[in-house]
Amino acid sequence: MADPMTPLPYRVTAKRRETPDTWTLDLEPVSEPIATPRPGQFTMLYAFGRGEIPISVSGLPGDGAPLRHTIRAVGNVSEALCDLAPGDGLGVRGPFGTCWGLDGAEGRDVVIMAGGIGLAPLRPAIEHVLVHRDSYGRFAVLVGCRTPGDLLYAGQLESWRGRFDVEVEVTVDSADPGWHGDVGVVTSLLPRIPVDPDNIAVMMCGPEVMMRFGARAMVERGVAEVDIEVSTERNMKCAIGHCGHCQLGPKFICADGPVFPLSQVGPLLAVRSL
Amino acid sequence: MVTPSDLSALFGILDELGYRTLGPTVRDGAIVIGEISGISDLPIGITDEQGPGRYRLRDGVAGAWFGFAVGPQSARAHLSPPERPLLEIRSRGPTLEFVEPEHHTERTALFGIRPCDLAAMEVQDRVLARGPHPDPRYVAARDTTLVVVVNCGVPADTCFCPSTRTGPRARSGFDLSVTEVVDQTDHYFVLEPGSEAGVEIVERLEHRPADRAEVNAALATTEAAVEAISRSLPEQLNGRLLAAADHSRWDEVAARCLSCGNCTMVCPTCFCSDVRDTTDLAGDTATRVQVWDSCFTLGHSHLHGGSVRADTRSRYRQWLTHKLDTWWDQFGQSGCVGCGRCITWCPPGIDLTVEAAAIVGGG
Amino acid sequence: MVARRRSIGDLLAGHPFFADLPDRDLELIAGCGRNEVFRPGQLLFREGDPADWFYVIRRGRIALGIGVPGREDLIIDTLGPGEVLGWSWLFPPHVWTMDARALDTVHAIALDGVCLRGKCDEDPVLGYSLARRFAGILSDRLAATRLRLLDVYRAQSRG
Repeated sequence: MADPMTPLPYRVTAKRRETPDTWTLDLEPVSEPIATPRPGQFTMLYAFGRGEIPISVSGLPGDGAPLRHTIRAVGNVSEALCDLAPGDGLGVRGPFGTCWGLDGAEGRDVVIMAGGIGLAPLRPAIEHVLVHRDSYGRFAVLVGCRTPGDLLYAGQLESWRGRFDVEVEVTVDSADPGWHGDVGVVTSLLPRIPVDPDNIAVMMCGPEVMMRFGARAMVERGVAEVDIEVSTERNMKCAIGHCGHCQLGPKFICADGPVFPLSQVGPLLAVRSL
Repeated sequence: MVTPSDLSALFGILDELGYRTLGPTVRDGAIVIGEISGISDLPIGITDEQGPGRYRLRDGVAGAWFGFAVGPQSARAHLSPPERPLLEIRSRGPTLEFVEPEHHTERTALFGIRPCDLAAMEVQDRVLARGPHPDPRYVAARDTTLVVVVNCGVPADTCFCPSTRTGPRARSGFDLSVTEVVDQTDHYFVLEPGSEAGVEIVERLEHRPADRAEVNAALATTEAAVEAISRSLPEQLNGRLLAAADHSRWDEVAARCLSCGNCTMVCPTCFCSDVRDTTDLAGDTATRVQVWDSCFTLGHSHLHGGSVRADTRSRYRQWLTHKLDTWWDQFGQSGCVGCGRCITWCPPGIDLTVEAAAIVGGG
Repeated sequence: MVARRRSIGDLLAGHPFFADLPDRDLELIAGCGRNEVFRPGQLLFREGDPADWFYVIRRGRIALGIGVPGREDLIIDTLGPGEVLGWSWLFPPHVWTMDARALDTVHAIALDGVCLRGKCDEDPVLGYSLARRFAGILSDRLAATRLRLLDVYRAQSRG
């Protein structure tokens, strides 16, 4: 019987620094690969001797593309992962969890709202829509972050902005001299884009508070909660529904999530300390 | 029907069949589950007095083999040991090598398991063995475990298995079931095989078919147990505790709860676990060990430098709501089997049947 | 064919801020308004200047800043199409609390606050209607500012 707790050995093939505390690692399997993840899913990354953490896939997989993860160095394990250099080994288990509803969104307008590191789990969704552009209606990407230096994938955002078939708006909470873009919370970008509540799919990821504000702004524009997807997170030790840590009420974030329609998870997120 | 002296041969038979036998035995003033090899290891003539926050042993019906309820342990420690090696990781070259430890699963007979604990095994099966990612260690332990269940004649005050429909008589899921009939004049056992392994064991025992009176006496024993049980859990709790997340009763119980986690340690269905990582001094070999965990720890809900459930109130609410309510959403059944251990082993004696009733009954 | 030049009233009617305002009130307000175009980088007003106008942004973006020694070029907030800039015309002492500069070419309708204050004094129903709308803007801005105060994107300290 296969052991779902045993990682597959992978190695780092490329490493890119995105911000002072965030890196993107490209990974390839030493021999056997994991199943191809779908946008929104995550893997458990093991750093030798330190432990495992859940990290969302941050690049569109498939077609020979590497397994890509963007990691913020904020703890014991994430720091060790961010210290890896090309050629170094790590362990990968997965993919786990639910994915962004890209199939269900076909034919509809798509609005993606990302805050901070929340842009990482959404990047595969953005890339997917752009690759299959004809399958979707109007497409808008709204990005917010703390300061200009904390913006993820700045080069890629710039090139997306140059396209005529996607509207990209970026704002920072706090500017530094030399920033001549928007300043303000990401929800303030919403009035810039057309919203047709009857034909829309919204995908949001970021700090929980930001998602609550974003959801409220969407609902005020008439969007139904079932058409808004959010990506949640909780402490995880196993990612297979056995350790009990990732529960949010009746939901296991590792198996029933991390992506949920707001209609399912909104009432649970609203209960303090659930 | 088997006489006591004939049933005492059971231990030798299990040994011949290649089983190591675990069963009830007295240690440190409690009836625990330990390795037993004969009837001298059993708590013969002993009974237990249990209440909220209270456990004592004293003399019971002389000569009775099973005149007691459950102690602090259950089958859980055998099927999911509190500490279990998961992996050894070797870092000799640039990449890592993951080595699974050998499975040492010894054929084990669980003798004297109570119907509530048998029901708990089935609850844990659904979590650990029948989901999309079966735990191979648990499955291996389960597959090599023989279950001899003993139906209950002497419940404790803290038992409430009739209201959870998990006892005092086991209906299925065992290899062999035993009911002890003991009174002024008689002492015998009525056995019921539940599998081929059970049939094989019975055939090796001196036995004869139980007559009508003996069968009735066995049934009467467990009927008497039902009569003796006064505690009960409210029905239909699914959805009702989660809906009452802001009930004032949570504050009230939080004032009493020590967040010590005893309830989660003695509960036969709790399954939370953690993983500990270590490296050796040379730095080229690491291990991962799976250990029991409890939702009462602050670290259980650790997220972004803090905990989602930072106070006792939210952690107690998590435990009770999961056990009695959201377990239904997750696994289609209750997480509680009515064994009463959490009531007995809670230092301030919190009774979950009372708490649940207070929350849903508008108390 | 010559395109008809749209009146101020038409432009205001199409703007979300004035939605559901009765035509009569829209006419009254339009009477206090005029079209403005600002070049990229053009200063609209400085902190401390008399705040006798407010702006309904149609196109382009305006950056708001506060003069802090050593941090002069710092943008605190940006407003874009569909947004309304300025409420100090409503509240004494009627001075601007921030600097405003056009980030790109800005098309806006400038509304004369002094003129409007007079009309609201004469017609309390109109006054109440406008005051309610501005209260809504203030409420949204406060919520957004509080969200920024939370600094939700910062890395949390290790537990």
